Amino acid sequence: MTCGCCHNRLPVTHRIASVKRETEQVTSFTFAVSLGAKPGQFVMVWLPGVDEVPMSIANDDGKQLQITFFAVGDTTKKLALLKKGDLVGLRGPFGTHYEWKPKQHLSLVAGGYGAAPMFFAASEAAKDQCTLTAIVGARSKEHLLYLDAFAKLKGTTVSVATDDGSQGHKGYNVELLSALLKGKKKPDQVFACGPERMLVAVSDLCHEQKVPCQISLERYMKCGYGLCGNCTVDPLGIRLCTDGPVVKNELARTITEFGKYHRDHLGKKHSL
Amino acid sequence: MSLSQTVRGVTFQNPTVLASGIWGITASSWRRVAANGAGGITTKSLWLAEHKGHPNPTIISTPHWTLNAVGVPDAGLEKAREEIGDYNKKKPVPLIANIIANTVDNYGKTAAEIVQLQPDFLEVNISCPNVEDEFGKPFACSVRDASAVTKAVKAVSGKIPVFIKLSPNVDDIGSIASACAEAGADGFTVINTVGPGMAIDLRSRLPILANKVGGMSGPAIKPIAVRCIADVYRATGGKFPIIGTGGIMTGEDAIEFLLAGATLIGIGTAIGYRGAEVFRMVCEEMTAWCEAEGVKSVTELTGGMHRALSSSRP
Ligand SMILES: Cc1cc2nc3c(=O)[nH]c(=O)nc-3n(C[C@H](O)[C@H](O)[C@H](O)COP(=O)(O)OP(=O)(O)OC[C@H]3O[C@@H](n4cnc5c(N)ncnc54)[C@H](O)[C@@H]3O)c2cc1C
Ligand SMILES: Cc1cc2nc3c(=O)[nH]c(=O)nc-3n(C[C@H](O)[C@H](O)[C@H](O)COP(=O)(O)O)c2cc1C
Ligand code: FES
Repeated sequence: MTCGCCHNRLPVTHRIASVKRETEQVTSFTFAVSLGAKPGQFVMVWLPGVDEVPMSIANDDGKQLQITFFAVGDTTKKLALLKKGDLVGLRGPFGTHYEWKPKQHLSLVAGGYGAAPMFFAASEAAKDQCTLTAIVGARSKEHLLYLDAFAKLKGTTVSVATDDGSQGHKGYNVELLSALLKGKKKPDQVFACGPERMLVAVSDLCHEQKVPCQISLERYMKCGYGLCGNCTVDPLGIRLCTDGPVVKNELARTITEFGKYHRDHLGKKHSL
Repeated sequence: MSLSQTVRGVTFQNPTVLASGIWGITASSWRRVAANGAGGITTKSLWLAEHKGHPNPTIISTPHWTLNAVGVPDAGLEKAREEIGDYNKKKPVPLIANIIANTVDNYGKTAAEIVQLQPDFLEVNISCPNVEDEFGKPFACSVRDASAVTKAVKAVSGKIPVFIKLSPNVDDIGSIASACAEAGADGFTVINTVGPGMAIDLRSRLPILANKVGGMSGPAIKPIAVRCIADVYRATGGKFPIIGTGGIMTGEDAIEFLLAGATLIGIGTAIGYRGAEVFRMVCEEMTAWCEAEGVKSVTELTGGMHRALSSSRP
C-alpha cells in the first residue's frame, strides 16, 4: 500500500537563481521552482556535506520560491557564502499555514526573519482583498526586513518599531499591536512570526483582547513530516512539523512549554 | 472478536505497539500515540550517557521506503528517568524501554538503571545499522556478541522480560535467535532496519543522508520482515513471543506477521504514510478481517503459517 502524499520527502538540489543581501546578517535566495507552498509552511534546506535546517518560505508565487535567513551558526553561515548557481537542496513544503477569509482585516506582527513569512502571508491575503497592517520590529533601523516589499502591497499599512528608536516607534512591535487592538478598528485576526518571547506577548494580548490569532512556533526539526517526534511539545505530544508551525492561539495556550522551554536534537530541555 | 494479547504476563489491549525511534522521545508523545490506539509503546533507544546523533538529512522517504540515519541520539539516563517517571504516573498502555550501548558491560549497566524505572519489558537494541562507523558491526551480527549482551542484560533484569531486537542483515537470523534464547532471552523483536541503503542526489552527485547510508524501513521491507519472523519462530520452536516489526501498513499486513509467528506487531514508518491514526486503522482492519474469516481471537493466529505448512505436508 502506498500513498500519493509523500512525493516531497526526498531533497532535490536546485541552483540558486539570485542572492540578495538584506542586511549584514540576513540573506535571501530565490530558486526558479515552485513547491506549491502556502504562507507559514516551511522547507528543509540542505547544504550538501553540512546539514539540513528548517526555514520558512518567504514567497512561492507559482514560479519562484524564496527563503530569507539569518547567519547564526555553522550551516546558515556557510549558506550565506553561496553564490548564484550554487546548489541547495529543498525538501517540503511541510506543516500548517496561515488561514484567512477574503476581505478580512489582518494585523501581521513580524520580528526578525519572521518578516519573510509574514510578507508571504500578506501578499497572498492581499490577492483576497484583505486589508493589512504590517507591524515590523527589529533591534535598529539596519535590521528591519521586507519594509519596501510590504509597502508595495495593495491595501497595506506598514508600521515600524525599533528597540533603539532609530526608525518608527521606540520599543517593541507588540506595543504597536496593543494600541491597534485597543483602538477603534480592531483587526479580524492577528498573525505573528518572530522570537518566542514576542509570540508570548502577542498571544497574551490577543487572548486578553479576544482577537483571533495565529502564530508560528518553531522547534528542532529532523524529518519535517511527523515521523521522528523531535518537534513534539508538552503536554499535548503534538508534532509541530505537522500540527504546526502555524497554530491558533487557543492551541498555543494549551502548550505549557510555550514561552518556557524547547528541546534540542537530543530531546533535552533548554529554558527559553 | 478479541484483539487482546497477554505476553509474558503483560496484557496489551491490542497487538499494535509503537516501534522504537519513531515519535518516541517524550512521555507526552507516548501518551499521544496511545490515544491514537496503540496497544503498547516502545521508547526511543536509551543510552546511559548523552549520545549525539548524525546531522541532517537524517530521514528521507519515498512512497515505498524510508531511509534513516538519525544515529540514535539521546540525552542519557536523567532524561529517561524524567520521561518514564512522568509516563508511569498516568500510564495508558504498557511501556517497553528500548536500550542501547557500545559494549557488553555497558548494556548490563544501562539495563540495571532502566529496570529501576519499572518498564513492562526491556527491548535490547543490538541491531542499529546507523552507528557502524562509530562502533563497528552491530552485536546482532555475531552469535557470540548477541549471546553475551543477552547474558549481561538478563543478569540484572530481575522479573522484567527481556526482548532482543534482531537485525535482518545477517546470514542466519535463526542461529542468532537460538543463541540469545539459550542465553536467557524472553522474546524477540524482529526486525530492525534493513541494509543499510543509500540514495544519491542527482545534481550534486552526493549521497543525501549526512551519514551517507541509512537503515531502510517502510513497505518495501515487509517481505524480509515476514521471512525473518518465520525463521526466528522456527529456530526457537515457537516458544518465544515475537514483536514482529518492519513495513507494516495495514491490518492485513499485521495478520500476515502473526501467521509468521509474531504475537505483537511494531508499527513505525507507517505513521509517516497513514498518519498517527494508523494504530486505530490497523486494529479496525484486523477486526474486520477476523470477523469475515470467523477468527474469534488474534491469539489463534500466531504461528499459523507453520501449522498450515506442517499439516499440508504429505
Ligand atoms: C519552522 C521553522 C522555520 C524557520 N524559519 C527560518 C527562517 O525563515 N529564517 C531563518 O533564518 N531561520 C529560520 N528558522 C531557524 C533556523 O532553522 C535555524 O536558525 C538554523 O537551523 C540554524 O542552524 P545553524 O547550523 O546555522 O546554527 P546552529 O548553531 O546549529 O543553531 C542555532 C540555533 O538554531 C537551532 N537549530 C539548529 N538546527 C535546527 C533544526 N534542524 N531545527 C530547528 N532549529 C534548529 C538550534 O537549536 C539553535 O538554537 C526556522 C526554524 C523552524 C523550526
Ligand atoms: C526514524 C527511525 C528511527 C529509528 N530509531 C530506532 C531506535 O532508536 N532504536 C531501535 O531499536 N530501532 C529504531 N528504528 C527501527 C524501528 O524501530 C523498526 O524496527 C524499523 O523501522 C522497521 O519497522 P517499520 O517499517 O514499521 O518502521 C528506527 C526507525 C526509524 C524509521
Ligand atoms: S520533525 Fe520529525 S516529527 Fe516533526
